[in-house]
Amino acid sequence: MSDFTVGQIIAERSVHLTRESLVRYAGASNDFNPIHYNDDVAAAVGLPGVLAHGMLTMGIAVGIVSDALGDPARIAECGVRFTRPVVVDTETGADIHVSAEVASVDDETARIDLTVRFADTSVLGKAQVRVRVS
Amino acid sequence: MPVNPELVGRAFPPTAPYLVGREKVREFARAVFADAPQHVDPEAARALGYADVVAPPTFAIVMQDITLQQMLAYPESGIELSRIVHAEQRFRYSRPIVAGDELVATLSVAGVRAMRGNAMVTMEAEVVDADGAHVVTTTSILLVGDSDA
Repeated sequence: MSDFTVGQIIAERSVHLTRESLVRYAGASNDFNPIHYNDDVAAAVGLPGVLAHGMLTMGIAVGIVSDALGDPARIAECGVRFTRPVVVDTETGADIHVSAEVASVDDETARIDLTVRFADTSVLGKAQVRVRVS
Repeated sequence: MPVNPELVGRAFPPTAPYLVGREKVREFARAVFADAPQHVDPEAARALGYADVVAPPTFAIVMQDITLQQMLAYPESGIELSRIVHAEQRFRYSRPIVAGDELVATLSVAGVRAMRGNAMVTMEAEVVDADGAHVVTTTSILLVGDSDA
Protein backbone atom coordinates (compact mmCIF):
# COMPACT_ATOMS: atom_id res chain seq x y z
CA MET A 1 0.00 0.00 0.00
CA SER A 2 1.29 3.40 -0.90
CA ASP A 3 1.10 6.64 1.04
CA PHE A 4 1.84 8.64 -2.11
CA THR A 5 -0.43 10.30 -4.65
CA VAL A 6 0.86 11.53 -7.98
CA GLY A 7 1.09 15.31 -7.93
CA GLN A 8 1.33 15.50 -4.16
CA ILE A 9 3.99 17.88 -2.75
CA ILE A 10 5.59 15.87 0.05
CA ALA A 11 8.02 18.58 1.17
CA GLU A 12 8.86 22.17 0.43
CA ARG A 13 11.33 24.60 1.89
CA SER A 14 13.05 27.94 1.37
CA VAL A 15 16.65 28.27 2.48
CA HIS A 16 18.75 31.40 2.74
CA LEU A 17 22.38 30.65 1.88
CA THR A 18 25.23 32.89 2.96
CA ARG A 19 29.00 32.68 2.56
CA GLU A 20 29.01 31.15 6.03
CA SER A 21 26.76 28.35 4.72
CA LEU A 22 29.32 27.56 2.03
CA VAL A 23 32.26 27.54 4.42
CA ARG A 24 30.28 25.32 6.79
CA TYR A 25 29.49 22.90 3.94
CA ALA A 26 33.10 22.93 2.74
CA GLY A 27 34.26 21.83 6.17
CA ALA A 28 31.53 19.23 6.63
CA SER A 29 32.02 17.67 3.20
CA ASN A 30 35.78 18.20 2.80
CA ASP A 31 35.18 19.98 -0.54
CA PHE A 32 37.57 22.92 -0.39
CA ASN A 33 37.43 24.00 -4.02
CA PRO A 34 38.12 27.77 -3.68
CA ILE A 35 35.41 28.71 -6.20
CA HIS A 36 33.05 28.16 -3.26
CA TYR A 37 34.57 30.81 -0.98
CA ASN A 38 37.15 32.93 -2.85
CA ASP A 39 35.89 35.71 -5.17
CA ASP A 40 39.28 36.16 -6.86
CA VAL A 41 39.54 32.49 -7.83
CA ALA A 42 35.91 32.41 -9.00
CA ALA A 43 36.53 35.44 -11.23
CA ALA A 44 39.83 34.02 -12.54
CA VAL A 45 38.10 30.88 -13.85
CA GLY A 46 35.35 32.94 -15.44
CA LEU A 47 32.50 32.38 -13.00
CA PRO A 48 29.88 35.06 -12.27
CA GLY A 49 30.78 34.90 -8.56
CA VAL A 50 31.31 32.51 -5.67
CA LEU A 51 29.02 29.52 -6.22
CA ALA A 52 27.25 27.22 -3.79
CA HIS A 53 28.53 23.65 -3.98
CA GLY A 54 26.25 21.64 -6.25
CA MET A 55 26.29 19.01 -3.54
CA LEU A 56 25.01 21.55 -1.00
CA THR A 57 22.01 22.25 -3.21
CA MET A 58 21.49 18.54 -3.80
CA GLY A 59 21.97 17.81 -0.10
CA ILE A 60 19.27 20.29 0.90
CA ALA A 61 16.88 18.98 -1.76
CA VAL A 62 17.32 15.27 -1.03
CA GLY A 63 17.39 16.05 2.69
CA ILE A 64 13.85 17.46 2.70
CA VAL A 65 12.60 14.21 1.15
CA SER A 66 14.51 12.06 3.61
CA ASP A 67 13.32 14.11 6.58
CA ALA A 68 9.72 14.15 5.35
CA LEU A 69 9.74 10.35 5.09
CA GLY A 70 11.22 10.08 8.58
CA ASP A 71 13.76 7.36 7.77
CA PRO A 72 16.59 7.72 5.24
CA ALA A 73 16.38 3.95 4.62
CA ARG A 74 13.37 4.59 2.43
CA ILE A 75 15.55 6.31 -0.16
CA ALA A 76 16.71 3.75 -2.72
CA GLU A 77 18.31 6.07 -5.27
CA CYS A 78 18.69 9.72 -6.08
CA GLY A 79 20.30 11.70 -8.84
CA VAL A 80 20.57 15.22 -10.23
CA ARG A 81 22.15 17.17 -13.05
CA PHE A 82 23.69 20.49 -12.09
CA THR A 83 22.39 22.75 -14.83
CA ARG A 84 22.77 26.29 -13.46
CA PRO A 85 24.98 27.85 -10.80
CA VAL A 86 23.74 29.32 -7.53
CA VAL A 87 25.72 32.53 -7.05
CA VAL A 88 26.03 33.49 -3.37
CA ASP A 89 26.53 37.22 -2.95
CA THR A 90 28.91 38.25 -0.18
CA GLU A 91 26.36 40.71 1.28
CA THR A 92 22.93 39.42 0.35
CA GLY A 93 23.57 35.67 0.02
CA ALA A 94 21.19 33.59 -2.09
CA ASP A 95 17.65 32.37 -1.55
CA ILE A 96 16.73 28.97 -2.92
CA HIS A 97 13.36 27.27 -2.91
CA VAL A 98 13.10 23.49 -2.93
CA SER A 99 10.02 21.38 -3.54
CA ALA A 100 9.49 17.64 -3.86
CA GLU A 101 6.55 16.29 -5.83
CA VAL A 102 5.37 12.72 -6.38
CA ALA A 103 5.82 11.97 -10.10
CA SER A 104 4.86 8.29 -10.28
CA VAL A 105 4.05 5.39 -7.98
CA ASP A 106 4.18 1.62 -8.47
CA ASP A 107 3.92 -1.35 -6.11
CA GLU A 108 7.39 -0.98 -4.63
CA THR A 109 8.68 2.50 -5.32
CA ALA A 110 7.66 6.06 -5.95
CA ARG A 111 9.54 8.61 -7.98
CA ILE A 112 9.80 12.02 -6.36
CA ASP A 113 10.85 14.91 -8.59
CA LEU A 114 12.82 17.72 -7.01
CA THR A 115 12.66 21.33 -8.13
CA VAL A 116 15.20 23.84 -6.88
CA ARG A 117 14.71 27.44 -7.92
CA PHE A 118 17.17 30.29 -7.53
CA ALA A 119 16.42 33.77 -8.89
CA ASP A 120 13.30 32.42 -10.64
CA THR A 121 15.31 29.79 -12.50
CA SER A 122 15.51 26.06 -12.02
CA VAL A 123 19.09 25.03 -11.15
CA LEU A 124 18.85 21.20 -11.23
CA GLY A 125 17.84 18.93 -14.09
CA LYS A 126 16.44 15.41 -13.89
CA ALA A 127 16.46 15.70 -10.11
CA GLN A 128 14.79 12.52 -8.94
CA VAL A 129 14.58 10.43 -5.81
CA ARG A 130 13.34 6.86 -5.92
CA VAL A 131 11.78 5.92 -2.58
CA ARG A 132 10.53 2.63 -1.22
CA VAL A 133 6.78 2.85 -0.61
CA SER A 134 6.00 2.00 3.04
CA MET B 1 47.18 17.74 -21.15
CA PRO B 2 43.87 16.03 -21.95
CA VAL B 3 42.25 13.55 -19.59
CA ASN B 4 44.00 10.20 -19.89
CA PRO B 5 41.58 7.66 -21.42
CA GLU B 6 43.62 4.87 -19.82
CA LEU B 7 41.90 5.73 -16.52
CA VAL B 8 39.00 3.62 -17.79
CA GLY B 9 39.19 0.09 -16.51
CA ARG B 10 42.23 0.78 -14.34
CA ALA B 11 42.07 -1.03 -10.99
CA PHE B 12 42.35 1.35 -8.04
CA PRO B 13 43.07 -0.04 -4.57
CA PRO B 14 40.31 0.17 -1.94
CA THR B 15 40.57 3.29 0.22
CA ALA B 16 41.75 3.16 3.82
CA PRO B 17 38.83 2.49 6.21
CA TYR B 18 36.86 5.67 7.08
CA LEU B 19 35.30 5.64 10.53
CA VAL B 20 32.04 7.62 10.50
CA GLY B 21 31.98 9.81 13.61
CA ARG B 22 28.86 10.99 15.43
CA GLU B 23 30.00 14.61 15.43
CA LYS B 24 30.83 14.41 11.70
CA VAL B 25 27.28 13.25 10.98
CA ARG B 26 25.90 16.09 13.10
CA GLU B 27 28.18 18.59 11.38
CA PHE B 28 27.14 17.38 7.91
CA ALA B 29 23.43 17.38 8.80
CA ARG B 30 23.69 20.96 10.04
CA ALA B 31 25.56 21.99 6.87
CA VAL B 32 22.78 20.67 4.59
CA PHE B 33 20.00 22.06 6.81
CA ALA B 34 18.75 18.54 7.64
CA ASP B 35 17.17 19.08 11.03
CA ALA B 36 15.35 15.79 11.65
CA PRO B 37 16.31 14.43 15.09
CA GLN B 38 17.72 11.09 13.85
CA HIS B 39 20.73 12.97 12.41
CA VAL B 40 21.72 14.51 15.74
CA ASP B 41 20.06 12.60 18.59
CA PRO B 42 21.22 8.99 19.18
CA GLU B 43 17.95 8.19 21.01
CA ALA B 44 15.86 9.32 18.04
CA ALA B 45 18.07 7.23 15.74
CA ARG B 46 17.75 4.18 18.01
CA ALA B 47 13.97 4.54 17.92
CA LEU B 48 14.25 3.97 14.15
CA GLY B 49 16.44 0.91 14.71
CA TYR B 50 19.89 2.46 14.13
CA ALA B 51 22.87 1.95 16.41
CA ASP B 52 23.71 5.67 16.40
CA VAL B 53 22.91 8.90 14.54
CA VAL B 54 22.09 8.32 10.87
CA ALA B 55 23.62 10.46 8.13
CA PRO B 56 21.62 12.46 5.58
CA PRO B 57 21.62 10.62 2.21
CA THR B 58 24.19 12.79 0.47
CA PHE B 59 26.79 12.22 3.21
CA ALA B 60 28.05 9.44 0.90
CA ILE B 61 29.78 12.18 -1.11
CA VAL B 62 32.46 12.21 1.61
CA MET B 63 33.48 8.70 0.48
CA GLN B 64 33.39 9.68 -3.15
CA ASP B 65 35.62 12.66 -2.42
CA ILE B 66 38.27 10.32 -1.02
CA THR B 67 38.25 8.39 -4.31
CA LEU B 68 38.40 11.66 -6.26
CA GLN B 69 41.63 12.49 -4.40
CA GLN B 70 42.89 9.04 -5.43
CA MET B 71 42.11 9.78 -9.07
CA LEU B 72 43.73 13.23 -8.93
CA ALA B 73 46.85 11.70 -7.37
CA TYR B 74 47.17 9.18 -10.23
CA PRO B 75 50.14 10.32 -12.30
CA GLU B 76 49.19 11.42 -15.80
CA SER B 77 45.46 11.48 -15.04
CA GLY B 78 45.34 14.83 -16.85
CA ILE B 79 42.84 16.12 -14.28
CA GLU B 80 43.27 19.28 -12.22
CA LEU B 81 40.85 20.06 -9.37
CA SER B 82 40.43 23.68 -10.45
CA ARG B 83 39.21 22.59 -13.92
CA ILE B 84 36.53 20.22 -12.70
CA VAL B 85 32.86 21.13 -12.95
CA HIS B 86 30.42 18.76 -11.27
CA ALA B 87 27.89 17.91 -13.97
CA GLU B 88 25.85 15.11 -12.50
CA GLN B 89 25.60 13.03 -9.33
CA ARG B 90 23.78 9.84 -8.42
CA PHE B 91 23.60 7.57 -5.38
CA ARG B 92 22.20 4.05 -5.10
CA TYR B 93 21.72 2.87 -1.53
CA SER B 94 21.50 -0.51 0.16
CA ARG B 95 21.21 1.25 3.52
CA PRO B 96 21.89 4.63 5.14
CA ILE B 97 25.30 5.46 6.62
CA VAL B 98 25.33 5.38 10.42
CA ALA B 99 27.86 6.73 12.93
CA GLY B 100 30.23 3.92 13.84
CA ASP B 101 30.34 2.50 10.32
CA GLU B 102 33.79 1.75 9.00
CA LEU B 103 33.55 2.31 5.26
CA VAL B 104 35.81 1.41 2.37
CA ALA B 105 35.34 2.74 -1.16
CA THR B 106 36.61 1.28 -4.40
CA LEU B 107 36.95 3.64 -7.34
CA SER B 108 36.40 2.79 -10.96
CA VAL B 109 36.34 5.09 -13.95
CA ALA B 110 33.48 4.01 -16.15
CA GLY B 111 34.09 6.38 -19.02
CA VAL B 112 36.15 9.24 -20.42
CA ARG B 113 34.49 10.95 -23.35
CA ALA B 114 36.17 13.81 -25.22
CA MET B 115 33.95 16.82 -25.94
CA ARG B 116 35.21 19.99 -27.65
CA GLY B 117 38.42 20.40 -25.67
CA ASN B 118 36.83 19.05 -22.50
CA ALA B 119 36.21 15.56 -21.23
CA MET B 120 33.25 14.01 -19.49
CA VAL B 121 34.59 11.64 -16.84
CA THR B 122 32.25 9.17 -15.20
CA MET B 123 33.58 7.86 -11.90
CA GLU B 124 31.98 5.37 -9.57
CA ALA B 125 32.75 4.52 -5.98
CA GLU B 126 31.39 1.35 -4.47
CA VAL B 127 31.16 1.75 -0.70
CA VAL B 128 31.06 -1.25 1.62
CA ASP B 129 31.04 -1.64 5.41
CA ALA B 130 33.44 -3.54 7.68
CA ASP B 131 31.66 -6.80 6.83
CA GLY B 132 32.11 -6.14 3.13
CA ALA B 133 28.36 -5.56 2.68
CA HIS B 134 27.30 -2.98 0.11
CA VAL B 135 26.18 0.37 1.57
CA VAL B 136 26.02 2.77 -1.37
CA THR B 137 27.32 3.23 -4.90
CA THR B 138 28.06 6.81 -5.87
CA THR B 139 28.36 7.98 -9.48
CA SER B 140 29.80 11.36 -10.45
CA ILE B 141 30.00 12.83 -13.90
CA LEU B 142 32.66 15.49 -14.07
CA LEU B 143 33.26 17.95 -16.87
CA VAL B 144 37.03 18.38 -16.98
CA GLY B 145 38.75 21.13 -18.97
CA ASP B 146 42.13 20.50 -20.61
CA SER B 147 44.91 21.75 -18.36
CA ASP B 148 46.62 23.56 -21.25
CA ALA B 149 43.40 25.04 -22.63
